Amino acid sequence: MAAILSLAQAVEDNLKDGDTIAMEGFTHLIPFAAGHEVIRQGRKRLKLIRMTPDLIYDQMIGMGCAERVVFSWGGNPGIGSLHRFRDAYENGWPNKITIEEHSHAAMANAYDAGAAGLPFAVFRGYRGAELKRVNPNIKEVACPFTGERLAAVPAIKLDAAIVHAQKADAKGNVLFEGIVGVQKQAVLAAKRSIVTVEEIVDTLAPHSPNAVILPGWTVSAVVHVPGGAHPSYAQGYYKRDNAFYKRWDAISRERDSFRAWIDEHVLKKGPDAFAVHVNKAA
Amino acid sequence: MSERIAMRADYTPSEMMTIAAARALTNDDVCFVGIGAPSAACNLARLTHAPDIVLIYESGTIETKPSILPLSIGDGELCETALVTVSVPEMFRYWLQGGRVTTGFLGGAQIDKFANLNTTVVGPYEKPAVRLPGGGGAPEIATSCGRIFITMSHKNRAFVEKIDFVTSLGHGKGGDDRARHGVRTQGPTKVLTDLCVMEPDATSKELRVVSLHPGVSREQVIESTGWCIKFAANVTETPMPTARELNVLRDLQARTKAAHGAAA
Repeated sequence: MAAILSLAQAVEDNLKDGDTIAMEGFTHLIPFAAGHEVIRQGRKRLKLIRMTPDLIYDQMIGMGCAERVVFSWGGNPGIGSLHRFRDAYENGWPNKITIEEHSHAAMANAYDAGAAGLPFAVFRGYRGAELKRVNPNIKEVACPFTGERLAAVPAIKLDAAIVHAQKADAKGNVLFEGIVGVQKQAVLAAKRSIVTVEEIVDTLAPHSPNAVILPGWTVSAVVHVPGGAHPSYAQGYYKRDNAFYKRWDAISRERDSFRAWIDEHVLKKGPDAFAVHVNKAA
Repeated sequence: MSERIAMRADYTPSEMMTIAAARALTNDDVCFVGIGAPSAACNLARLTHAPDIVLIYESGTIETKPSILPLSIGDGELCETALVTVSVPEMFRYWLQGGRVTTGFLGGAQIDKFANLNTTVVGPYEKPAVRLPGGGGAPEIATSCGRIFITMSHKNRAFVEKIDFVTSLGHGKGGDDRARHGVRTQGPTKVLTDLCVMEPDATSKELRVVSLHPGVSREQVIESTGWCIKFAANVTETPMPTARELNVLRDLQARTKAAHGAAA
């Protein structure tokens, strides 16, 4: 059964320097509050896996948490570059990082294989694509039945997965709704997991028998953090703060303005600061 | 000529590009939609001549009918207006890889004469002059959809002789090169820019101009293309945007702007 913990305790217990981790959420339900806690606790040398690094990894990379980033689309959606990601990769600030780059299909399949306990993922992909020239983790296998050449990538295996969801109950059973991305796969591919939630309720019912639910015994820690996905969104609670995503371009462009923002909004704040975002724009 | 220029002033080249792209879609299409110009074109088609078109976004939303254009590929609007939302692995495995998408829409920072696209780096991969966001869904969209439409603003730094990185396969080195990569889908069948429409030659697969937008000269296209661009035997003029097309597109963009909020 998942432990219901404070965010500081959950990160303290489940995340170590040097871990391979994924903090997932496909535009929706990105665990920003947890990302800020990782920054406050000063975790280092993390291998960060995420299909779209987004602002959450831009912030963590800019604060020196990352050693390696595995990703498939590294931009600020609809806006432009992730400036802190680029500064670390291109100029080594605040530290040098390495990258491993895939396509979305490859990463989605690799999460699926990780959850399934398989060593690798197989799919029809990367045909004529140059990523396979620069990424040694992209290989080919022949179908043993038809001989068709297919792409293969290693399964994603995580020390820890961190995700955000709408609801959990007192036993730590977790319900995801809306765009569910690869969160379920990430948690099932991880040794340890933290799920931050908008609400802790007596019962998840009524829900569809086919709802996306992670049983509490598959989750290490559940943390109540209302608004914890801001500036991404939590369907049914608050909308995506698109204006903030636009503002991030200017905030993150220079090292000084980035550090000033982090000082004010991350280092001097705690998870309670996220609650203000609930319902503000819903 | 003066009359045509006066009429051209009523719309922008970018609007012409979006409208030309929307017209290329049919009511029977199942379309895998990217953010930006493709999303505008697909929704314009849905709101005008193709009301039953099926729009799929890679975040997992199937048969979505957004009233505003999403800023990101997974905005809540897409899920709230969808028939169903599936997980991202299911989207890429069953729906895209499964061959259920007729048309994919792509764009990029660079394109070559065989419609190969680069969204990864300008310069060498290991030491890029400009690091771009990367492939995202594009490498498999390019090979799994029945056909591909490409929309890009027509500039000679984007339409280049040699792209720096092949993020997604177009017609490769031309001819039957796609088949040599084991790909059976058609690949890029149209490139729609703010100046013209291009289609690959049936045999060589090299892009050639088939239609010029109203008021655009051959010289403009030649100057804006980094390779020696060819023209089809019969180059037509793209029909002018209609009042309805322009009104629906502008309403869509005004609603979108209001919903996303201004950048501070």
